[in-house]
Amino acid sequence: MTTKLMGQKVQRVEDQRFLRGLGRYVDDVAVEQDVLHAAVLRSPHAHARIIDIDVEAVLDIEGVHAVFTWDDLASCTPMMAEPLPLLIPHPALTHGRTQYALAKDEVNYVGEAIAFVVAEDRYIAEDAVGRIRVDYELLPPVVGVDAARAAKTLVHDDVPGNIGARLEQNVGDAPAAIEKAPHRLELDLTIERSACMPMEGRGTVARWDPDLNRLQVWTSTQSSTGVRAAVAVKMGLDLGQVDVITPDVGGGFGVKINHPWPEELLVPMAAKALGRTVKFTEDRREHFISSAHERGQVQHIEVGFDDDGRLLGLDVEFWHDHGAYIPYGLIVPIITSTQLLGPYKPQNYRVVFESLYTNTVMVTPYRGAGRPQGCYAMERTMDAIAAYLGKDRADVRAVNFIQPDEFPYDQGLIFQDGRELEYDSGDYPASLEKLKALVGWDEFPAFKAEMAAQGRQVGIGLACYVEGTGVGPYEGAHVHIETSGKVKVATGLTTQGQGHATVFAQLVADELGVKFEDVEVVTGDTRRMPYAVGTFASRAAVMSGSAIHLAAKRAKEKVLKIAAEALEASEDDLEIVDGVVSVKGSPGTSIDLGTVSVLSNPLRYAFDEASKAATQFSVGDPGKPPVPEDEEPGLEGRDFYSPERATFASGMHAVIVETDPETAEITILKYAVVHDCGHLINPMIVEGQIHGGVAQGIGGALYERMAYDESGQLLNASFMDFLMPYVTEVPDGIDIDHLETPSPLNPLGIKGAGEAGVIPSAAVFAAAIEDAESITITAMPISPSELYALRLENS
Amino acid sequence: MTEELHDVRLTVNGNTHEIRVPARRLLSDALRHDLRLTGTHVGCEHGVCGACTILVDGSPMRSCLMFAVSAEGSEITTVEGLTNPDGSLGHVQQAFLECHGLQCGFCTPGFLTTITAGLRENPTPTHEEAREMIAGNLCRCTGYQNIVKAVERAAALRQAQEPELT
Repeated sequence: MTTKLMGQKVQRVEDQRFLRGLGRYVDDVAVEQDVLHAAVLRSPHAHARIIDIDVEAVLDIEGVHAVFTWDDLASCTPMMAEPLPLLIPHPALTHGRTQYALAKDEVNYVGEAIAFVVAEDRYIAEDAVGRIRVDYELLPPVVGVDAARAAKTLVHDDVPGNIGARLEQNVGDAPAAIEKAPHRLELDLTIERSACMPMEGRGTVARWDPDLNRLQVWTSTQSSTGVRAAVAVKMGLDLGQVDVITPDVGGGFGVKINHPWPEELLVPMAAKALGRTVKFTEDRREHFISSAHERGQVQHIEVGFDDDGRLLGLDVEFWHDHGAYIPYGLIVPIITSTQLLGPYKPQNYRVVFESLYTNTVMVTPYRGAGRPQGCYAMERTMDAIAAYLGKDRADVRAVNFIQPDEFPYDQGLIFQDGRELEYDSGDYPASLEKLKALVGWDEFPAFKAEMAAQGRQVGIGLACYVEGTGVGPYEGAHVHIETSGKVKVATGLTTQGQGHATVFAQLVADELGVKFEDVEVVTGDTRRMPYAVGTFASRAAVMSGSAIHLAAKRAKEKVLKIAAEALEASEDDLEIVDGVVSVKGSPGTSIDLGTVSVLSNPLRYAFDEASKAATQFSVGDPGKPPVPEDEEPGLEGRDFYSPERATFASGMHAVIVETDPETAEITILKYAVVHDCGHLINPMIVEGQIHGGVAQGIGGALYERMAYDESGQLLNASFMDFLMPYVTEVPDGIDIDHLETPSPLNPLGIKGAGEAGVIPSAAVFAAAIEDAESITITAMPISPSELYALRLENS
Repeated sequence: MTEELHDVRLTVNGNTHEIRVPARRLLSDALRHDLRLTGTHVGCEHGVCGACTILVDGSPMRSCLMFAVSAEGSEITTVEGLTNPDGSLGHVQQAFLECHGLQCGFCTPGFLTTITAGLRENPTPTHEEAREMIAGNLCRCTGYQNIVKAVERAAALRQAQEPELT
């Protein structure tokens, strides 16, 4: 009997090619062919009017095939010369602005694409870019939330106050409740920008096939169906003429969900115009200045509470810096404003945000997608309440928890998917108990005293979060059992390191009763599954996992029907083990899945021994149609999963830090995570996701920031200057404990896990450093020099 | 404007290749685009991330910081050359598989080559030395936890496979 694979630490199948150097990332595509390479001229100014672009000198360079500016786009299609799509419209987004594929008249951030050169190789293309002459009229730039709010200068002339959107949500009457509360506090907090920084940047390859009148696009995206639709619309092609294939992707973390990037349109346009395969591969500096950032917010919080620290009213205002354009809409600030509540009951809640334009790289979701900022606001508030009342920080949280018997719990707000923010399940008190045990919360005061006696400063912090995962609208799956007995599975969302080929194969092996190694999973290929949404919001396992489970179930139903007929047995008496259907208790009476597949497809022509069995003189009741009514030939199952609403994972982190009394260096002594994402498909992969999230969170809390100067130049646009954690910056060991509270919303009881590791980082480090230093921390990230300056201010 | 081209003979994973490239062609680009050995990845093009690390005469080098013309006469090993001749995974590759030392796989080739050289120099690293061995390579997916485990596992596998090396 095959062991159930759900819940097992199954080794990853995709690793075989990655470890041999045989992965196929976008820059590896078409490497055997004669391809042309593209480079982009990008704005060196944060805000300027374009007076003139002179490309004359470029055309003399040997090896240059074409140069495009905005003036050339309309010759492809009129749509190509229009602004890029505003992907997620929202009624509150009254002033949504998006950039053009190539700048028209004005540039609004350093890095904005102005011209596109196609040449024999990237070196020549870059030579050519260097020879393009642009006359600019410089305009004053708007950098940072304060400048955007002051609005002395406008990013876009037709956007008053630099305000793209203002959105307010209310539950009860928070201002009145705060007014009446026995205790009140106000907090002003800031959090700076960071970015996803996948090791592989963006990239696109396109080939126009004149024989098929068809375009093939490979792109390093988190939504192949999204890119496909955008390319078709912009290039004036039928959807059926465009295939988008997502090859291996070297990390995404959110940035690759935005689409279409200018190059995702320019590469196909050039490929069609030139009749050649064209490739664009972003370099690291380009990734810094022309993809997307996230996290930057300024927050003002007012809170009213009782003697136990119980929230009575919470009133939050925040200002979200969304950069020069807003193609991804209000997703990030909406998530901040709703997920801020975490596992707590605020009683009365008012939240209002303004999403502001600045002359900087635009903001789209980065792992956590607004939750880290919301968690930071809420958890800083919890710590402030505990400090004010002189209570244990864990106890103040506990009195505010939604209790296990209160689910489903409706927070009364509208979430990022336009649905009610209703938590499906969870057990927050149990998580807190586990976390306290894991980190040694109750023993910490003794440890702190012991350290203090040695002249050492240590502090502990904790932070809790709830994460809406697996948002809709849907994902689908197709399961095909071939006549070899091998199972081919396709789902449309994409993969960028999560091990989908492994975890989805586990689900299919379990449901169908086939060997794990006989299952092959393809993701992100619109030829195999044209209906899909994308990989974001920790949704792949929930959405595609559920869809694959359902599709495998359908395939299994068909297997049993055909096998029952062939074996002259009842379907209820059959079982499938290791790819063989047999009558329970009578293993001799059996048929393998390959033969069932042969029988599922009535044939006229035989081409091998197996197919003979399905030909018209061999099988079938002559009195009935060969393919029964309501059936289709082939042993396939296809299904879609479309949940009513998101499922809410949760967790709590704690960290113990030591701060050097002299240098203010911050060292992590212990990092503990309690995580609840429902049933685990593959605990090894879930823990890997948590490890990676925690490391990114450490980067965001202690090291990473986007250092813009007042002129809008990004001063640290390289790995030399933007400090991403090496192994030396992450703790030696992360303690993880799981709670498995199943979701009632999907057949497997799973919740998403991808973003959890990063959400509470800013909050938990601020709390621990505050505890170590007895200095209130209101701005993150925090460097040793900033901590040192704070000490001076507070001494 | 025509670029002067140079004949370069590169010995990679035991095979000799002759290419004609401009002097400015980076070794990383020559490996990937001229020799079509795309296992070597480029993450930053200025020697910080380590994704493009290869072995030049046994020593780890950033192939984005070398010109192809300057590799003439050197023995180069890329990730493709770490697989055993019978097609099975080499000890560092095997350790990464067992320890879940990779997620997206993009930085992995640079870690594999770096650790291969590191274990030749220090076949039995302490835990601290295992961490130190990978301290010059960036990974954005794994948080390094399982890569450190993979270094230790690779050392054990290497010792079991080739005890005479240690």
